[in-house]
Amino acid sequence: MSRVGVFICHCGENIGATVDCRKVAETCAAIPGVSYSVDYKYMCSDPGQNLIREAIKQKNLTGVVVAACSPRMHEPTFRKTCAAEGLNPYMCEMANLREHCSWVHTKSDATTEKAIDLVSMMVEKVKRNKPLYSIKVPVTKTALVIGGGIAGIQAALDIANAGQKVVIVEREPSIGGHMSQLSETFPTLDCSQCILTPRMVEVAQHPNITLYTYSEVESLTGFIGNFTARIRKKARGIDEKACTGCGDCSTACPFKKNPSEFNMGLGMRSAIYIPFPQAVPNKPVIDRAQCSYYLRGKCQFCVTKCPANAIQLDQEDELIDIPVGSVVVSTGFNIVDTSFFPEYGYGKYKDVVTGLQFERLLSASGPTLGEVKRPSDGKVPKKIVFIACAGSRDPAKGIEYCSKICCMYTAKHAMLYRHEVHDGDAYVFYMDIRAGGKGYDEFVRRAIEEDNVNYIRGRVSRVYERGGKLIVRGADTLLGAQQVEIEADMVVLATAGVANAGAEELAQKLHVSYDSHHFFAEAHPKLRPVETNTAGIFLAGACQSPKDIPDSVSQASAAASKVVGMFSGDELTREPVVAVVNRSAPPAFSTCVGCFMCQSACPFHAIEREEIKTRDGKIIKTVAKVNPGLCQGCGTCVAFCRSDSIDLQGYSNEQVYAEVMELMS
Amino acid sequence: MSIANHVDVTLAETVQDEIGMSVNHCYQCGKCSAGCPAANEMDFAPSIIMRLLQTREAASEMKILGSYTIWLCLACHTCDARCPMDVDLPRIMDILRAESLRRKVVHRGARDIIAFHKSFLHTIRHFGRMWEVGLVAGYKLRTRHFWQDIVLAPLMLKKGKLALLPSYHKKLSSRFFSNAGREVEQPK
Amino acid sequence: MKIGLYPGCSFEGSAREYAESLRAIAPPLGMELEEVEGWSCCGASSAHAIDHGLSLALPASILAQAERQKMDEMVVPCAACFNRLASAKSDLAANARVRQQVADMIGMSYAGTTIVRNILEVLDRVLTPEVSKTFPNTFPHKVVCYYGCLLVRPKSVTREGRIEDPVQMDELMNRIGAKPLDWGMKTECCGASLSVTRTDVVGRLSGNILEDAAGRGAEAIIVACPMCHSNLDMRRKDIERTTGKKFSIPILYVTQAIGLALGLDHKQLGMQRHFVPVDLKGKSKIQIKPQTGVKAAV
Repeated sequence: MSRVGVFICHCGENIGATVDCRKVAETCAAIPGVSYSVDYKYMCSDPGQNLIREAIKQKNLTGVVVAACSPRMHEPTFRKTCAAEGLNPYMCEMANLREHCSWVHTKSDATTEKAIDLVSMMVEKVKRNKPLYSIKVPVTKTALVIGGGIAGIQAALDIANAGQKVVIVEREPSIGGHMSQLSETFPTLDCSQCILTPRMVEVAQHPNITLYTYSEVESLTGFIGNFTARIRKKARGIDEKACTGCGDCSTACPFKKNPSEFNMGLGMRSAIYIPFPQAVPNKPVIDRAQCSYYLRGKCQFCVTKCPANAIQLDQEDELIDIPVGSVVVSTGFNIVDTSFFPEYGYGKYKDVVTGLQFERLLSASGPTLGEVKRPSDGKVPKKIVFIACAGSRDPAKGIEYCSKICCMYTAKHAMLYRHEVHDGDAYVFYMDIRAGGKGYDEFVRRAIEEDNVNYIRGRVSRVYERGGKLIVRGADTLLGAQQVEIEADMVVLATAGVANAGAEELAQKLHVSYDSHHFFAEAHPKLRPVETNTAGIFLAGACQSPKDIPDSVSQASAAASKVVGMFSGDELTREPVVAVVNRSAPPAFSTCVGCFMCQSACPFHAIEREEIKTRDGKIIKTVAKVNPGLCQGCGTCVAFCRSDSIDLQGYSNEQVYAEVMELMS
Repeated sequence: MSIANHVDVTLAETVQDEIGMSVNHCYQCGKCSAGCPAANEMDFAPSIIMRLLQTREAASEMKILGSYTIWLCLACHTCDARCPMDVDLPRIMDILRAESLRRKVVHRGARDIIAFHKSFLHTIRHFGRMWEVGLVAGYKLRTRHFWQDIVLAPLMLKKGKLALLPSYHKKLSSRFFSNAGREVEQPK
Repeated sequence: MKIGLYPGCSFEGSAREYAESLRAIAPPLGMELEEVEGWSCCGASSAHAIDHGLSLALPASILAQAERQKMDEMVVPCAACFNRLASAKSDLAANARVRQQVADMIGMSYAGTTIVRNILEVLDRVLTPEVSKTFPNTFPHKVVCYYGCLLVRPKSVTREGRIEDPVQMDELMNRIGAKPLDWGMKTECCGASLSVTRTDVVGRLSGNILEDAAGRGAEAIIVACPMCHSNLDMRRKDIERTTGKKFSIPILYVTQAIGLALGLDHKQLGMQRHFVPVDLKGKSKIQIKPQTGVKAAV
């Protein structure tokens, strides 16, 4: 016997101005099953909520319908109110009179009629509601951080310092990411390595952090709180425990002509190498694609030279399974290289470099030990042209977005060059200056006003080489788009930031959404920037979109706080709006016939197979079973099931049909 | 600068209808002007022509149509090859030239260039193929540059590169020319 | 290989040597050229500059005639004609209504089935590395290849993959034993149709091209466009007057360079029609280096 309470909210003028709320309340009072029907100005206010509580107490209500705004706004509010008065919260539903009725129509009788329809539909549903209880899942209190750049490092430290365990997986032989390649950072001109390496060391030494470098995530299975990560620890060829990091092997290696990845191709490294002096861990790795032993079976120079007997040429990849409760993805970004630009030479001019290559030239640990020199002939350039927006904001080249950091680092590059080469000239061709951070605009002004960097508003049409110089043809749009031709010694392209290699594969492995540029998708661009639509997986840093160090660090700490919040209890609570396959008494056990169409339809891999067995283990039938931890309540399986064996709690077939039949009557 | 004196159908709208893209796509980066081989002889650089179009003002339209730029344009497509917004500037120049003739707003210095085009089309109308002697004669009559390239003619003749008579006599169907200027829909 | 040919107006006049050299090298390369009957002008720059309808109708009538002659493909040696024919074809393919309007204008049916090819595409097909090995001679000179504008731009019409640094002509030169140099003016405009009306602009732009080529040590500039040849060769005195510098570097059509490697002589290739004498290595004839074991074919 239903006793439903109906509460019609005016929502101030939002609903009240278009719908005759009093009439709706009066009409609904006559619906069979409704024991109480009233209208009020603001149901979400304290007095409004008290109305509900009093009615539940006095009229012994079995269900509540609040006709007001969208459930996305206040469903939790009203459900809490009911729960506080002892009514199961899932016996409370909302009818959306605001977005679905008053906001899209003008004041009229038809509008009020529609409002009455909406409420009576919801009354019919609530009459068929059943009490539901939150689902609890256990949680493994270990976080997986994928990517050991500044964002990954920050997230790991925050989680570890909160007392939880962290596993970092980094693809390169060392952690540090792009920040370790920078010389100085804007807007303070702090030495990048100096502020980064203490954190890298802290990560390596932290008791709560396990670091896997030169490793990748092979697969991730499971669900929030209960993932299993399979890590592939690639074979370095080194016994890390025995190795002391002395570096004799690299010195001894006869194959030294391999372009150094860390130096962006501007310097060389041996086949066995430590990527940079401050690498963490400070252990070498053998590049099997360049090593003579693996290619031709010859040479074991490093083995003979190693004083610690640490080289293990026959080492193999290792697969490690780790249970984790949540994942932070911080895989960072990459930049396009000079071959991306037909009008700047298709990458064939040695003295046309990218911003990151210029960082390596400026860096004290770089191929020129911090002196800016031309890659072609080693001379110090007296005229450098910096081209901003190289690839970014360029729909014709397929990158329509702004890469955010280039205006700032270009100003920085020009400044640092001028500090080093006092008689050198720096020109920056730009379209706009994006310097929105704290101290950022002042930084750019300093470049222009104090360091006399020549800023020219206009783009460069073409760069080509003639007589050892680079001819740059641009325009000054502030002077009527007058042509400007500069004979430069070097050209630095502020190239676009793009998703890191392998981003798409990783996203698919993790079941995380990504956009057309392969940047990972946040759950909501404004209010949920570090969460993904996949429960338990968070994002931090440039893998979500190009950003600078302060933003990456902020996001990393935000993601860490989400993880620590998740780990704060011993269980995780989930909404009970999940699908359930029916079970009944033997011999049927279930109407499910075991076709498993639901399993293939489920977008969240939430349906498993369950064997129903006799007491001695003989299988009677195999039926579908929904994992309540993974199920997102979308209802796709319910639509697919041919035998009506699966239904959605909170939105059952019966409930939905009742709403439809009410509307049609 | 007054923003109020809009015309009924702006030149920007005409351009937009014919190229299928709003002129607002141009964000004035100047790359076209930077690479244009003829820009330093123009009164308005190509990107400035785009800016004038964007203002949608009658006075700006007069400047565009009366400019030397649209007639000096070499149609070399350098601008269009490099434009980050894929603005079809060569096509826009074609449209502006046609408008310039239609409204009879033409830069004085462009008269020679227009005379050349007209002489060219005149010879092909009457003879089906271009006839250099006819073209140059027509040009000289229109422009009165009688002594221009006077040395070149005998040299060309000597080298067998100049036909004194047209090689061909096929008057092109008048349908081609009677429709000249007719609004053939511009494919997008 | 049988292929249609659209000669273009300059073939009979200012680019006569281009026609002669193409017709001379066609038989040894196995090309049978079938001319479009009763062809008329494509409109060049002047049609599209002032009359849009005409700029579509003129090429359409040529293509319609090619269809009538059942040509699958048509080679268009003049870069400007090539660009106009390919552009018009692309515009007509995109819009059925315009196609109908133009078909009415020209009074012929038009289906757009003939493929328009430029000279480099076709030469690349017939002058393979294997074929070049059978040539009696080579062309052992340092050259620069000048593509100009309309052979490569716009990309949607010309189908060129490397519009800032095309390599098709360079590759052809490699095959005949030449050394194509990298240089800065591969696709920079020569001044185009301003030859008569603003000869000074041609002087400046073509002057830049000559200066860059000569500065890199090139012995000749190879071209595939009558307009470019005319501006760089016929207008040499004007260029020297505008720039105040002297240039002696000769301009050869790609077909002429190939003709020399085939053992043909200057007269067969129309070299005497050039304004700038073709005088490579200081001798009045090209120094031909016969390949071993094969008799010179003349």
